[in-house]
Amino acid sequence: MSTRSFGQPIKRNEDARLLQGKALFVDDVELPRLLHAAFVRSPHAHARIRGIDTSAAKKRAGVVAVYTAADLGDYWKPGPLLLPPPPIEGVVFNERTQVPLVKDKVRHAGEPVVLVIAEDRYIAEDAAGDVVVDYEALPAVVDLEKARDAKTGFVHDDLKTNVAAHVRQTKGDYAKAVAGAACVIKRRFLYDRGTSLPIETRGVVAQWDGKADRLTVWDTTQAPVFIRNGLAAMLNLSERQVRVIAPFIGGGFGPKIMMFYPEEVLLPWAAMKLDRPIKWIEDRFEHFFATTHERGQLHDAEIALSKDGRIIGVKDVFLHDTGAYDPYGLTVPINSQCTLLGPYIVPNYDSTFTALFTNKPIVTPYRGAGRQHGVFVMERLLDIAARELKMDRAEIRRINFIPPDAFPYDNQIIYQDFAPLVYDSGNYQPILDKALKAIGYKQFLEEQPALRAAGKHQGIGLVCYVEGTGIGPYEGAKVQVQGSGKVSLATGIGTQGQGHYTSFAQIVADQVGVAVTDVDVVTGDTDQFYWGAGTFASRGAVVAGNAVNDAAKVVRQKILRTAAEHFECAEEDLALSNGAVSVVGVPGKTVKLGVLADEANPMRGAVKPGTEPGLEATSYFGPEMGATAAGIHAMIVEVDPETCTLEIKKYVVVHDCGTVINPLILAGQIHGGVAQGVGNAFYEQLVFDDRGQLLNASLADYLIPTALDVPRMTLDHTVTPSPLNPLGIKGAGEAGAIPVGPLFAQAIEDALGLPGQGVELNEIPLSPSRLWELAGALAKIDTSATRVR
Amino acid sequence: MSHKVSLTVNGTAHTREVEARLLLSDFLRHDLGLTGTHVGCEHGVCGACTILLDGVPVRSCLMFAAQINGKSITTVEGLSADGKLSPLQEAFRDAHGLQCGYCTPGILTTMTAFLAETPKPSEGDIREALSGNLCRCTGYQNIVDAVKLAAERMSAKP
Ligand code: FES
Ligand code: FES
Repeated sequence: MSTRSFGQPIKRNEDARLLQGKALFVDDVELPRLLHAAFVRSPHAHARIRGIDTSAAKKRAGVVAVYTAADLGDYWKPGPLLLPPPPIEGVVFNERTQVPLVKDKVRHAGEPVVLVIAEDRYIAEDAAGDVVVDYEALPAVVDLEKARDAKTGFVHDDLKTNVAAHVRQTKGDYAKAVAGAACVIKRRFLYDRGTSLPIETRGVVAQWDGKADRLTVWDTTQAPVFIRNGLAAMLNLSERQVRVIAPFIGGGFGPKIMMFYPEEVLLPWAAMKLDRPIKWIEDRFEHFFATTHERGQLHDAEIALSKDGRIIGVKDVFLHDTGAYDPYGLTVPINSQCTLLGPYIVPNYDSTFTALFTNKPIVTPYRGAGRQHGVFVMERLLDIAARELKMDRAEIRRINFIPPDAFPYDNQIIYQDFAPLVYDSGNYQPILDKALKAIGYKQFLEEQPALRAAGKHQGIGLVCYVEGTGIGPYEGAKVQVQGSGKVSLATGIGTQGQGHYTSFAQIVADQVGVAVTDVDVVTGDTDQFYWGAGTFASRGAVVAGNAVNDAAKVVRQKILRTAAEHFECAEEDLALSNGAVSVVGVPGKTVKLGVLADEANPMRGAVKPGTEPGLEATSYFGPEMGATAAGIHAMIVEVDPETCTLEIKKYVVVHDCGTVINPLILAGQIHGGVAQGVGNAFYEQLVFDDRGQLLNASLADYLIPTALDVPRMTLDHTVTPSPLNPLGIKGAGEAGAIPVGPLFAQAIEDALGLPGQGVELNEIPLSPSRLWELAGALAKIDTSATRVR
Repeated sequence: MSHKVSLTVNGTAHTREVEARLLLSDFLRHDLGLTGTHVGCEHGVCGACTILLDGVPVRSCLMFAAQINGKSITTVEGLSADGKLSPLQEAFRDAHGLQCGYCTPGILTTMTAFLAETPKPSEGDIREALSGNLCRCTGYQNIVDAVKLAAERMSAKP
């Protein structure tokens, strides 16, 4: 294979359109006779509905329809369970999935109760305000421990418990092994996450074409093929009658893959019923309630070590907040459970979690998808262990690394993709060496006492993680040479900014000898590509990328065969480049790909038996299991002990995601992930009161990092190709976001010298005010040096 | 009650009847079909809806269409002519200053005005000027670099 563009920092094909405001996003879809939807949402987190009066809304001029759960008839059904629990012995799982409109009991604030459809959005919202719902408010289940102990009632009364799931996974025998430990550390950790908050909210446009008998849905989804299949089944249509288009999407980060949100189910139904197209665009306030979150886990964890710092085992018991429903199964807590093990040899592991229903919005994966929580627990345990054992923080990590000759490495538990948690490949020591060098670890530790004496509260942090990426089941791709000489590529996954229009084009360009800009990539249109799973779990480049490569290779063969016939020569004598095939060493003997495409599709004569018309191929790729990426983040931070604000002096990421298709795009993915990690670590928190009300549902109150908060990052890479796919790729979409929480905790502790004063930062998110609360009592002591300055 | 407004958008004159409560962002996007201006919050924080009103960046979600009678507006569609990217747009492409591209129109309009005022900005100036625009994809680093690159290229040209 020529390596002309693969691995190069190629500029993106999609940018020109995006930069000129010409790209189509869902809210840009305009159709004749378009109607607009708005929802009446519950102001209560937990309430029984005694009655709904829609009469005033129906009378308002411009209102076309008002629907309650009762109006949906047989169409009213709880949504599908997207992922059943993995085959783990003894697993308890109580399936309760979201409903399109609340029938009897509201289970989280913002749950939709009534759908209003009107001539424009302004009227629809006016009419939503006309609806009167009679609620009987109930005490809300908010706190995790209270939810477990069922002190405040049940989210789902028929279950008679708030337990959504209970899973124990073990490796070795922790109880036995701990007896031989020189050091055992037990702590409680709280790790909370927020909302993914793409700058584009969700939206759906549905159009029923009665003449063609077809439904078209534009949807901000990460998984158009699944939406197509599900809608077809719900609406009694065949899949061929439904086209789902995920056009340009303004960021996804996980929640846009949650399937069968109420709005996704209701708009197509109403569009068919009313025989008019309908649009719904989520507003930002709705987004905080109507789009899924990722939130908190409470871990009681312990680690056992030998006196030289080797891990003997880890025991962890944790509670996980799954929100009002659990359509995404166990993905998030299983990821926490599995990813905790990190790049380390942990001979004995005993992990149990209980997922709990609460009267809060639904929890589904958000970039990292529970991995953060596990990494936080393990990295904090190692920090504390290093202190107890008087070891260096980097050293305790290094001696516990899985060695490079131990791969594939079997962790003996089950991962979220139902496959055993086996790391395919890895080499961690070089990552550590590069990270220590890039951050200037030794030098900083040498300088730190002088900085302290000068009143500068600077600290260093360093954390490791692995990430299971690129899981199955499969993706496909269709490559086709057009008569114009351009090459088209279609795949079933959706794209939300990851640069697929370019990275996939690079793969094709190299195989068929055209410019990257001459490959026209279509993603997320079910009429262009029928099969696929979706964009999640850092799998687009890995799974779809390899399908693209395979299809492009087949097309290359077809081009050569057709050209060999054209020139009546051997295929070996041909070379592909610049969108043409030439006979090597014979100047002037060149034919353009477009001409060959036409020759492969003759108007007369016959296509020979056993051959197919056109220069086209479709391929699929499904890895047997996920490819494990790994990395280290390190930073130097200065904390102002009086205001507890931070200045990040240096931030380093060293990452191994196997073979890299486009380093420009990869760097962007890491930058964006770190920014979200920074938000999670120090800015973002969904604050609920004890009635389950979200108190900060606006961008003015829920703070995401700005250009002043995200540090400049220095990136470096090592490359350990994955043996699980021909291109050797591992996913990179989530890596930036995963280890930032423990990094902040460690570096801030170090900067303020907190452990020496008996304070540990065992919770995330932190914030200036929370840090002040936790460390505030010490600020008196600690600021003396500042005052001297 | 409706109001008559006459205005110029990207050099083209328009006269329309608008409802008093119609947001400028909705007017541009849905009445004029200029969907390049994006809406991310409708409460003035994200900056995605930023347009240039008589050359000054404003949030179109915080204004009513009825307020702009007699004014001149530039949206992202007006930053490039005949499909040729402006130096700032070109720099965003070269420096990978966008991912999903949803925040981009508001950032381009804001930075166009910023560079006109501050032709030789420091990194700190750029970050300060950018801090009213939220981007959830890029971590800002490449946006900062793109603006820097554009400033260098623009001041290198006579
Ligand atoms: S949409 Fe106007 S500032 Fe967010
Ligand atoms: S590029 Fe996606 S929000 Fe900025």
